[in-house]
Amino acid sequence: MDKLLLLGDEAIAQAAIDAGLSGVFAYPGTPSTEITEYIQDSKQAKELGIRSNWACNEKTAMEAAIGMSYAGKRAMFCCKHVGMNVAADPFMNSAITGANGGLVYIAADDPSMHSSQDEQDSRQYADFAMIPCLEPSNQQEAYDMTQYAFDLSETYHTPVMIRVTTRLAHSRAGVERKNDVRKQNELTLPSDKRQYILLPVNAKRHYKSLIAKQADLMRESENKGFNRLIEGTDKKLGIVACGLGYNYLMENFKDGKCPYSILKVSQYPMPENLLQKLYDESEELLVVEEGQPIYERLIKGLLKNDKAIHGRLDGTIQRDGELSPNSVAKAVGIEVEGGFEIPSIVAPRPPKLCDGCPHRDSYLALNDAMKEFGDSRVFSDIGCYTLGALPPFNAIYSTVDMGASITMAKGAAEASLKPTVAVIGDSTFTHSGMTGLLDCCVDNIPVTVIILDNDITAMTGSQKSSATGRIESICTGIGVDPAHIRVLSPLAKNHEENVKIMKEEIAYQGVSVIIPRRDCIVWANKKRKMNKK
Amino acid sequence: MKIDIILCGVGGMGALSSAAIISKAALEMGMYMKQAETHGMSQRGGDVQSHLRLSDQPISSDLIPEGQCDLILSVEPMEALRYVNFLNKKDGWIITDSNPFVNIPNYPAMEEVEKEINKIPNHIFHDFTKIAKEIGNPKGVNMVVLGAASKYLKIDIEKLEDAVRANFARKGEDIVDANIKALRAGREVADKQL
Repeated sequence: MDKLLLLGDEAIAQAAIDAGLSGVFAYPGTPSTEITEYIQDSKQAKELGIRSNWACNEKTAMEAAIGMSYAGKRAMFCCKHVGMNVAADPFMNSAITGANGGLVYIAADDPSMHSSQDEQDSRQYADFAMIPCLEPSNQQEAYDMTQYAFDLSETYHTPVMIRVTTRLAHSRAGVERKNDVRKQNELTLPSDKRQYILLPVNAKRHYKSLIAKQADLMRESENKGFNRLIEGTDKKLGIVACGLGYNYLMENFKDGKCPYSILKVSQYPMPENLLQKLYDESEELLVVEEGQPIYERLIKGLLKNDKAIHGRLDGTIQRDGELSPNSVAKAVGIEVEGGFEIPSIVAPRPPKLCDGCPHRDSYLALNDAMKEFGDSRVFSDIGCYTLGALPPFNAIYSTVDMGASITMAKGAAEASLKPTVAVIGDSTFTHSGMTGLLDCCVDNIPVTVIILDNDITAMTGSQKSSATGRIESICTGIGVDPAHIRVLSPLAKNHEENVKIMKEEIAYQGVSVIIPRRDCIVWANKKRKMNKK
Repeated sequence: MKIDIILCGVGGMGALSSAAIISKAALEMGMYMKQAETHGMSQRGGDVQSHLRLSDQPISSDLIPEGQCDLILSVEPMEALRYVNFLNKKDGWIITDSNPFVNIPNYPAMEEVEKEINKIPNHIFHDFTKIAKEIGNPKGVNMVVLGAASKYLKIDIEKLEDAVRANFARKGEDIVDANIKALRAGREVADKQL
């Protein structure tokens, strides 16, 4: 079969389709979005009837995936690393229930925080939950491992995590597909009716069987072939190279021959026998991990080892940020001649709100409205509108996690900050803002929530928003007084009127909601083009 | 044979489309390739870049090591300078459009930018935008630049044209033709003047 030119994300998606997937469940988040989009756009997936609509957040997405697995079919969940936090509750407990149909979780991490608020390492979650984790180092492995992940999940009745990082998720290469497409599973319910009833009496039993599974999972790690010990001639150093770390290491040996022994790791639990062998035959170890020094710490242990173990913890590799061919070269003592120095005149070009973006007009109005209230702070959230924190707007003062604008404003109001204003996008509101608004209504807190409704999940590239057409009815249902739900049109010509409405609602001593509503400019252009066709 | 290229510009200028087109053509020719790009926040008027690696041997890293890049292909002059730490000091080339895209208050004086580009031994600093306008495709600067670079790319121009067709096919015949025209115009300039 011909090679396909695929992003790492797309290789995972194509592999899942070919592996008999019945549904993908996800909320958009860079760098994971393209997995679900690929399935949504795939003719093959459509013909196979694979479900792929966006969920309103990662928790609901993962729970639906668990439900599909319960019914015996193969399900996949995808998120960016911080999405794992939102889905952490079902995630941890699904390790205890185990899987019925193949259940695969894709976590796309973003070391160096190219478009994220932290660089947490999802391998930590897999270890925490005691489920297997696969970490492909190239696009072909991403394809092959996704297929294997579904089989592994069904063989050992466990969810399986695949962890990728930005550089693989968003890098293209030729990928060879398997010729045959596996048929989807039939509807098959779990034979043990108590498998998913996590009452303590059952959970205790299941947890013991999860612990018992670990030996099997270790055997898979040792023998499957995704982890391998490549013997070198120079025993001064042994290198544990995880995921992409292996690529950056090998980049420095032009003939593909590294003098040192290498343990290439792409499957966890960490293969202890292979690791022991490397340790025994080497004078020192270097651990190269893309992400946090999780295994370096574990290998090092708390007590002093007789051999030196190098990595991010002792500064051999920088403590934070992505690896690069150069940082790994330095770690193995290879001198690299760099390029030219970047001229000092090169100015940063930070991202900014597009020309014609409705958020621009909303922020201009909000800034004018807030002038009256002295030194107050506006809480905000995660989306394009986070860029309102930068000049020329300087309009918002927080962006912590999805939905936190409303609840942080509530807490600040309860600490007697006046006035308190939260700015949140439509999609973020239905992701994690609704429950916070309910808290505000229950306690009747004087908070003004501005829900910027641009009809789409814009930041990640125009994905359908669960909020579309529902915001007013959601707010009314939650308990906001309809007289204090104000919809306005963020346009320059309405500026005075919009400032007036904002001032009124900010001054109101109860829960109020303002909905500036105008299509995202990028989305509006896309819609126009689609309509032309 | 290997060639490492950084394609860069500002979000929306088509640097990533050029990367996708070269990748397709290279794959058609049976070469090994890897193409890494930045997505997400940087699309909104921020800087964008793609590392594109082609070789007749398997490629390890998705990222180009510093000092090993053969060609920086830019649709904006200051953006070309942002990645010179990756450029091979001896044989590396910069090919860039000469028109600044000013969307920041502290954009340096153009003379300064030109002076810095002139310090790089191998460079082509050319008004490709003018050519794009002349052929009636002002948005096709990226294709003109790509056409000019094709002379140095070791990829058949026919394969590039096929890739352009495939890349823009869903946008309609007119868009495909306009981009092929831009590609050829760029190549013509390179053959005649550069």
